[in-house]
Amino acid sequence: MDTLQTVFDLVLVLALLWLAWRVLAAADLFKGIVLFIAFGLLMALAWMRLRAPDIALAEAAVGSGITGALLLSGLARLRRLERSAQPHIGSEP
Amino acid sequence: MNAPDDFTDDTRLTPLRLMIMLFVLTLAGALGWAVCSLPAYSSGLAVTALAELSNSGVLNPVTAAVLNYRGYDTLLEIAVLLLAVIGVWSLAQAEPPAAFEPASPVLLSFLRIVLPLMILIAGYLLWIGSFAPGGAFQGGAVLAGVLVLLRLSNQDRAIWSHEVWLRFCLVLGLSVFIAVAVGVMAGGGKLLEYPRAHAGMLILLIESAALISIALTLAALFVGGRALSDEDSSRASDNGVQPE
Repeated sequence: MDTLQTVFDLVLVLALLWLAWRVLAAADLFKGIVLFIAFGLLMALAWMRLRAPDIALAEAAVGSGITGALLLSGLARLRRLERSAQPHIGSEP
Repeated sequence: MNAPDDFTDDTRLTPLRLMIMLFVLTLAGALGWAVCSLPAYSSGLAVTALAELSNSGVLNPVTAAVLNYRGYDTLLEIAVLLLAVIGVWSLAQAEPPAAFEPASPVLLSFLRIVLPLMILIAGYLLWIGSFAPGGAFQGGAVLAGVLVLLRLSNQDRAIWSHEVWLRFCLVLGLSVFIAVAVGVMAGGGKLLEYPRAHAGMLILLIESAALISIALTLAALFVGGRALSDEDSSRASDNGVQPE
């Protein structure tokens, strides 16, 4: 059981570090935001493993959910601004 | 869209970037050293916090710390949230609803099932905060999720068009918190020093008001600007923008 938990923690830490790097290195902003949301959900799992359920709840609801929605709405607004500034830009990815 | 491509393709190691890299590595090393030099096990203030739990009015040590022991921090946090909305409202107006696509029937049926459940969960998180993990911030975030979903499905006109009520609800959390904080001074206590017999009730009162304000604050940030009132909408439609 302990070995299983250690393996789980190790995978969790590696996934978090990998996701954090992917978020920073993502050239596509939309991809970056989706990866950030995934990072937040795994982070909530990490807080659970550290036996901090209060922070896990806050991380999942605020850090991942609401912040992700805020970033996506910010991106949508940014793209609208870009489109109105440069009307020749065609299709969005 | 040339700028982002230039940015990602440019991976040269300029002197400035080398310096930044060295600085970040030094910082990471110092942080790692600081973490390693911490004692392996330290109770910190946990013993004191747990000993005083019976006087705090709640059974969950985290809620006790957030709303009783460190109530002043939370008061300022709620003030910061209100300031954020004021800042956003001063900078921009909400996008007209016509910018969103009409909601699909599937989404609307889904919302009919999931929204009552989310409101129930928000209330549950608020209530359970006295005994177990939960509280106004978590519940408020779930309730904000309700408002975000309503926004995405274009069903939230009733919420954002009553500006007086909206402003009232946005400041409700901070006002109740300040009223309680100052009100307990009438009984001879210091600022935020709840009388023991009523501490649980006062904390629940503050949290209930804060829940509403936090939910509306987060949703208002998602909407991203001052909502169009009815006069604004009719003016916008005169300019050729179709309001909902």
